[in-house]
Amino acid sequence: MAERPARVERPLSPHLQIYRLTFTFLMSGFHRVTGIVLYLGFLLVAWWLLAAASGPNAYTWVQWFMSTWIGRLVLLGFSWGLIHHSLGGVRHLIWDTGRGFAPHEREWLARATLIGSISLTLLVWMIGGFVMGGLR
Amino acid sequence: MKSTSIRTPLGKVRGLGSAKSGTEHWWEMRLTSIALLPLTLAAIVIVISLIGRNHAAVVQILGSPLVAITMLLFVWTVTLHMRLGLQSVIEDYVHGKAMKTALLIANTFLTIVLWLACTYAILKLSFGV
Repeated sequence: MAERPARVERPLSPHLQIYRLTFTFLMSGFHRVTGIVLYLGFLLVAWWLLAAASGPNAYTWVQWFMSTWIGRLVLLGFSWGLIHHSLGGVRHLIWDTGRGFAPHEREWLARATLIGSISLTLLVWMIGGFVMGGLR
Repeated sequence: MKSTSIRTPLGKVRGLGSAKSGTEHWWEMRLTSIALLPLTLAAIVIVISLIGRNHAAVVQILGSPLVAITMLLFVWTVTLHMRLGLQSVIEDYVHGKAMKTALLIANTFLTIVLWLACTYAILKLSFGV
């Protein structure tokens, strides 16, 4: 068999660690991180639905979990993650139309995503928790 | 501008590229994203409003047509979105061929299992037994 030619050392494109950490960079990474965490979080949704379908005994565990501080904190974080990822998705949909790429626009969109996700999370908890009585 | 593409006119019309699946992944990601905007908000409000309620109340509310249909749409769309999203993550970061293939298979299987389990649960809550 013919001898393999020596591997040519080609330049590699720079990876994550070489770039300066900017707010937009951080928010872009956070979109992906929330996506992965939400993937795992969906296991809780499946558990919740299956427990409800299984009967009162199985559901007492869900009720116990949701009554603990950790459970509430997980739910709060999960809902914030969902909303943040949703707004991050809207940002991507805006970019898909070719708009919003100017530096100040990117900065503004990243800020709006964060501020929007926090306020929207508070709003849905007020609606679900108090208006619709989930936190009685 | 003069085109420098080496693709044939027929290839361009088909728009499939070299992977033979073209822009399907990208498009399905967008479709599910748009659908999930209202569905996610609805699902969050439903879950929060059920936190303090007992099993009987939860079954009654989750089994009511509007809530059940919303949750079914949410579960179906979200499991597809999850599968596509994690597929991109795996393809970006896992470079070993065997590991990559194994994770892609696991991702597909897990999201289908989650889809089926949630669907089964919602239907059982709706039609009862």
